[in-house]
Amino acid sequence: MHFSETFSRMLLYTAAIVSLACVMAVFAFLVYFAWPVLAGGEWKDLLSLNWRPFQGHYGILPMILGSMYLTVLAMLVACPLAAGVCLFCSGLGPGPAAGAVKALVRFMSGIPTVVYGFVAAFTLVPFLRSHFSGSTGYCLLAAGLILGFLILPTIVLIGLSALERVDQELSLTCSALGLSRVQSLIHVIFPAAWPGLLAAVLLGFARAVGDTLIALMLAGNAPQLPGSLFDSIRTLTAHIALVVATDSQSQAYRSVFAAGCLLFFIAAAVNITVFRVQQKFGGLSRDG
Amino acid sequence: MTGKDRLIYFLAWSCALVTTTVVCGLLGFIAWQGGAVLGPALFFGDAPAWPAISGQVPVWDGIWPACVGTLVLVLLAASLALPFGLGCGLYLAILAKGRKKAFCSLCINQLAGTPSIVMGLFGFAMILFLRRTFVPGANTCLLLAGVCLAVLILPYIVRATQNAVEAIPLTQRLIGPSLGLTLWQNMVYSILPQASRGILGGVILAVGRAAEDTAVILLTGVVANAGLPRGVLGPFEALPFTIYYLAAEYRSQSELQTGFGACLELLILTALLFVSARWIQRKIENTWY
Repeated sequence: MHFSETFSRMLLYTAAIVSLACVMAVFAFLVYFAWPVLAGGEWKDLLSLNWRPFQGHYGILPMILGSMYLTVLAMLVACPLAAGVCLFCSGLGPGPAAGAVKALVRFMSGIPTVVYGFVAAFTLVPFLRSHFSGSTGYCLLAAGLILGFLILPTIVLIGLSALERVDQELSLTCSALGLSRVQSLIHVIFPAAWPGLLAAVLLGFARAVGDTLIALMLAGNAPQLPGSLFDSIRTLTAHIALVVATDSQSQAYRSVFAAGCLLFFIAAAVNITVFRVQQKFGGLSRDG
Repeated sequence: MTGKDRLIYFLAWSCALVTTTVVCGLLGFIAWQGGAVLGPALFFGDAPAWPAISGQVPVWDGIWPACVGTLVLVLLAASLALPFGLGCGLYLAILAKGRKKAFCSLCINQLAGTPSIVMGLFGFAMILFLRRTFVPGANTCLLLAGVCLAVLILPYIVRATQNAVEAIPLTQRLIGPSLGLTLWQNMVYSILPQASRGILGGVILAVGRAAEDTAVILLTGVVANAGLPRGVLGPFEALPFTIYYLAAEYRSQSELQTGFGACLELLILTALLFVSARWIQRKIENTWY
């Protein structure tokens, strides 16, 4: 009996250790292959605007900036929309409609990314092409709009679960003070739920930075600095997919692993920030 | 009601309406475009159905090989991730305490937050590493894609297991130990049966996640015209990649229609998984509260 106790403990420990080893392995492999670039002086060349692999220039700065522009645009689309939907679902919409919208947003989180990309490539892109001269339609704006909708469910669901928790504690107090539903939401419940809302926005941000397919299918993938919303851009994630798929030289590979490291670190920064906020301000549900 | 209140009501309603319109428009568009081609020809092209299903006749214009590829891939990923995900989730819910628990959940969250393209890059790096060291002829393959997808969905299974076990009321969780059951007996006869629905729901959601992911398989061996998968060390086709490929490389109107058909097919698949997972989880809520 004592043996069985040890045995079952060992099983659980092993499973936990394997799971931890996965994280370490991902990190170790990325660093191992990116190390020659990061340790040597090549990182200066890496942080240049020049991506001309055939002339030996492997700058990934255009892709870093491309990821940044696209993510900011997607957040500008998603955050106001998410705030509105959260307001609607936490009391401003009539009960059944609020429930239906919430179910719809939940369902949105299950729609495959590639489906968004495919439909946008044959609706939004031709629309932009025909209405704005000089644009191919595959541009920052198209990718930003769709990416905004892609990250909407992440922000709404995590935000709503934070709002609901605060609402349970404070709604009675608000009613007792004679606040209207709008007043209590705007002045009491949203401000009180800020740690959860911050986590929601951060996780939405991480999702936007890490998404590959939307940028790959809709942003045009030209490694350049965009001059306007209708210019083509290339993100870090799309860059990785394109370089690995086209099978370039080993030098190009290294720049890809540096891009991978950067994405991993961005994810880690978001994760640790959310963890800190969670520890300081009590439990937040990450999966709404 | 003041003017400001009205403005906020207006904003909330319009955001909800915009979201609903976009999603319904998207679904309607796919149903309209894809519904027109839904039929045996979408799956098998010109090949006769039964011989094509059993693999005697190769399928050239249909999405059948991609469907089988996705199915095999998802089964492989789920069966690799399930034992470790279950074990790690049980560890977090039952054994882990304090700093160890915090560290472990932080790592699991990091795994969940890692972009899927990075997971694909990890698989690609493994192949480069194997080529340099033990197996010079190593190449991207079905097994590699399965392993990478398993790592991708592992955190979802861990989280689902942990949440399901922690959602069991304390009085119920203590029944096992109070009867003098060992840890093993407690897990197998008390904890797991009570948490099974929650875990099952989470696993189904994870399967949906594995079925729709494109970035991982893009770097780990998916190709456009592999036919039915011939072994775990060979190339394969998959539905999401077919859709991506057709969006960029379609050569005729009928190929484009096939793309819409594949979209509808993938959407139906993920929607079914999603709805059944929600239905199962809804049932637990009714059981406990």
